[in-house]
Amino acid sequence: MATAITAAIVRNHGLTEEEYERIKSALNRAPNLTELGVFSVMWSEHCSYKNTRLELKKFPTTGPKVLVKAGEENAGVIDIGNGWAVAFKMESHNHPSAIEPFQGAATGVGGIIRDIFTMGARPILLLDSLRFGPIRGHSPQARHNRRLFAGVVAGIAHYGNCVGIPTLGGEVYFDESYEGNPLVNVLCLGVLRHSEIVRGAAKGVGNPVFYVGSETGRDGLAGAAFASRDLTDESKQDRPAVQVGDPFKGKLLLEACLELLASGSVAGIQDMGAAGLTCSTCETASRGGTGVQIDVALVPQREHGMTPYEILLSESQERMLIIVHGGHEEKVRRIFEKWDLPYALVGEVTDDGMMRVLEGGSVEVEIPADMLANDAPVYVREATSSHAAIRVPIEGIPRSDSHRSLIVLLAEPTIASKNWVFRQYDHTVRAGTIVPPGSDAGVFYVREADKILAVTSDCNGLYCKLDPREGARIAVAEAARNLVCSGAAPLAVTDNLNFGNPYRPEIFWQLREAVEGLAEACRRFNTPVTGGNVSLYNQNPTGAVDPTPTVGMVGIIANEDWITRQYFRNEGDIIFLVGPIGEEMGATHYLKVVHGRKEGLPPRLNFELELRVQQTLASLIQHGFVQSAHDCSEGGIGVALAECCISGEIKMGASVRIGNATDRMDLLLFNETQSRAIISVSPEDADAVEKHCATAHTPLTWLGAVGGTDLVVTNGQETLTWKIAELYETWYCSIENIMSTR
Amino acid sequence: MKVRVIVMPKESVLDPQGVAVRNALKDVGLQSVENVRVGKLLELEFTTPPDEGRLDEICRDLLSNPVIEDYAVRYPCPTDT
Amino acid sequence: MKIAVVQFPGSNCDQDCLRALLGVGRIEAEYLWHKETSVSGFDAVVLPGGFSYGDYLRCGAIARFSPIMKAIVSATAAGMPVIGICNGFQILCEAGLLPGALIRNQRLHFICQPVWLRTETTDTPFTTQLEKNRLLRMPIAHGEGSYFADSRTLEMLESQNRVVFRYTNASGDTTPESNPNGSLANIAGICNEERNVLGMMPHPDRAWDRRLGSEDGKLLFESLVANLELAAAR
Repeated sequence: MATAITAAIVRNHGLTEEEYERIKSALNRAPNLTELGVFSVMWSEHCSYKNTRLELKKFPTTGPKVLVKAGEENAGVIDIGNGWAVAFKMESHNHPSAIEPFQGAATGVGGIIRDIFTMGARPILLLDSLRFGPIRGHSPQARHNRRLFAGVVAGIAHYGNCVGIPTLGGEVYFDESYEGNPLVNVLCLGVLRHSEIVRGAAKGVGNPVFYVGSETGRDGLAGAAFASRDLTDESKQDRPAVQVGDPFKGKLLLEACLELLASGSVAGIQDMGAAGLTCSTCETASRGGTGVQIDVALVPQREHGMTPYEILLSESQERMLIIVHGGHEEKVRRIFEKWDLPYALVGEVTDDGMMRVLEGGSVEVEIPADMLANDAPVYVREATSSHAAIRVPIEGIPRSDSHRSLIVLLAEPTIASKNWVFRQYDHTVRAGTIVPPGSDAGVFYVREADKILAVTSDCNGLYCKLDPREGARIAVAEAARNLVCSGAAPLAVTDNLNFGNPYRPEIFWQLREAVEGLAEACRRFNTPVTGGNVSLYNQNPTGAVDPTPTVGMVGIIANEDWITRQYFRNEGDIIFLVGPIGEEMGATHYLKVVHGRKEGLPPRLNFELELRVQQTLASLIQHGFVQSAHDCSEGGIGVALAECCISGEIKMGASVRIGNATDRMDLLLFNETQSRAIISVSPEDADAVEKHCATAHTPLTWLGAVGGTDLVVTNGQETLTWKIAELYETWYCSIENIMSTR
Repeated sequence: MKVRVIVMPKESVLDPQGVAVRNALKDVGLQSVENVRVGKLLELEFTTPPDEGRLDEICRDLLSNPVIEDYAVRYPCPTDT
Repeated sequence: MKIAVVQFPGSNCDQDCLRALLGVGRIEAEYLWHKETSVSGFDAVVLPGGFSYGDYLRCGAIARFSPIMKAIVSATAAGMPVIGICNGFQILCEAGLLPGALIRNQRLHFICQPVWLRTETTDTPFTTQLEKNRLLRMPIAHGEGSYFADSRTLEMLESQNRVVFRYTNASGDTTPESNPNGSLANIAGICNEERNVLGMMPHPDRAWDRRLGSEDGKLLFESLVANLELAAAR
């Protein structure tokens, strides 16, 4: 007995009246309830990007090394030379992590891993960018944030470690705006030969369509529609919408699929992620220019009495849809039985462009595949700028005790050592990690391809809040700077846009500004965007999160000798600052943490200067002059210098002079002017470095030398001295101490 | 029929999980809790009753590790529903 | 000569072990699927790390019943060298080829970090190229790596010189701080009575290439190959 579609039912499915009318007129009839469910997930924000597609078109997505462009497939693919390529992408799992942090984060990792091996690539590394509300103290919110933080880290560790993919790094940020709505962005990168790139297209009319992987249950029903609504206290009751991941199954699925791909039997393959079976069916049909017909009665199920609606919308994890060349069915059986994985022949490729779903004999769903996959409405949202950030006058910033301020900044969880986090991640599996988490970028040796990759992720949410365009430009610049400091040349970018409710004009304005800033910077740095993810409705009862366009960037280190780490290595080495001394205090962590003010105009990025500084750094590294290189970011030169002293296995002191006697110490140490890095150089190379920078017209300041057991900073008039042991203790143990709070 | 197998860490083995749970209980106000041990409950559903000796053997070989764990098998009471 | 790297469902260090072995050279190395029932044709076996069967029930509890394990047990009785790394060590203990058990890390978290190991005995086919007290640097990465055995077993291991590696600090002292997981007596690796089976939690398969920060692990594989060559020559 068919359920009548009422206005309330349409609303509950997250569709507007206009969208429903559009469906009716395109189908020339009313959809049934199952079809309505199918539209509700495919036309949800999460799957269709209906509110952001127009903006995303602004990203530069092409380039000589781009083999698979953003938007074409599940992940973009970039050439790395020698006939090898990398597929990589970042994705979010914010809302599920707010409800159930362990499983939310774990299934986020599971999902992005599948997106990579569905391209034919073996996943070889992970990165994660995490944001939470403040974790210090005994308030209920702080306790809750600690629970979320611990749960998310444990969930990522659980999935990534079990599947055996090293987590090479990332970032963790803490700010009030993420209260109740943590951000969990995970990047996965895989490696493959050009010839191994496989598409998610249903090619070959008559080809068999196989379902492989875990049995379907009622997990995460309408999870995609769920991610498109704000989080409220009611949504905490939506626990059934949270999926439980099984990394063991995920690992078996990965190996079985790679084995099947290597056998040449696969015509097309797609993972069942958001919107599960529905999405994989209509998208493969749409990409193939064909149709796909499946029978849900043949789908392996782990619950009794599941309806077609439930089967189609289920988000049970660890499942793939595979289109196999006719005649190769036996290989599927052999391989999936070897790995003890459920599999079923569920349908075939047709030539009528339809997504057709049967249940036994009767037709349950019959919708043109293109209509679902490509013809979701595209909306233009209203964008109104919120009040522009105002420069904070220097006189308005009280002098602080700079000695204490550095310690406070090093203890601040956003800046403090993240060893508590990455100790829980296996970062050595696959025997390729050259630079583990804790330096500016993770560096990995891809043995198969004989290539060295560097990866990083960056976004300063504070800058983006106060000036989304500049913040986004800086996120790209900083990622590139981190890679360059590691000895790499930036190659390409994946982005994860995390914003609030797009129907609020000031939020949409933030998104548009950030996209345009990101696009401009990617063009300037020649790093095309290979794909990414948009997560909207990141709000909680108190408001939207800070606009957070996370940038994940990949680079190549062409020569092993160029691999550079961020910490000082030799007593006596000369310390230089490459780039300006700077003075911009707006939106600094110093202003936020020491003075309790989240305000000011963020630092301005001068592309020309940034590119010049990066090119000079690269050149110095390639000439062998650089013993260590560390870029300056949150906390300015002060924090960067301290990190150079304390973040290596052997801690070293330093003695530096900066600025003039009339300069304020706190402004010198903690301004966050861009385009700067601290390098250390052998004394015999110091002259060459000075000449090199002069020729390149790159600002260079001789700061001092590595040595002793203290960090000593003077401006000629005021001298500050910190014991290295004390700085290390503060920085290293901060998060561990906070997490032991009872 | 449903048979329950309870697997507990041996008294002689350090149970850090139990310690963590005990501390958490004290934190939420159960001050008088002295000790906590965390184990496993396995619920086995059979179509026909298993041979008790064989089940015992399997408890020792697979379901528990006798080096570090003790087990107990609970068959359903006639009065169990 | 050929060395087998066993693959269980969920093993994830099999590729690393294979590459480490091939990196030594002079031998062939191949994967051996867990459903096989014979190790004939192989001269040694490696049980790699990972999460066999997802670590469900207990680490290694299900893998020890894999078909290949019967053949491995027989082969060890006949003297075949077998090394179990991390999950491999857990499987060896579950299978009764080594005494004791590996339980949850004392601080409950998974831990990945480099450690110092002190070589306690060179009297195994995996340690002949080392010297007693030689310090090695390699990573650990595990959640259940704390070695436990009752006092009688511990006494036996010590008196029979069957503790092969211990966690120490950089100066070679077994301190509580240098013990990453609460293992009794800082034990990181042990061997059986016949000394042909070695189980260890740290990863020599991740310390065989200077790029990785340490080549110390290579010495274990070199020792194995050298011993196989010696045995073949007889």
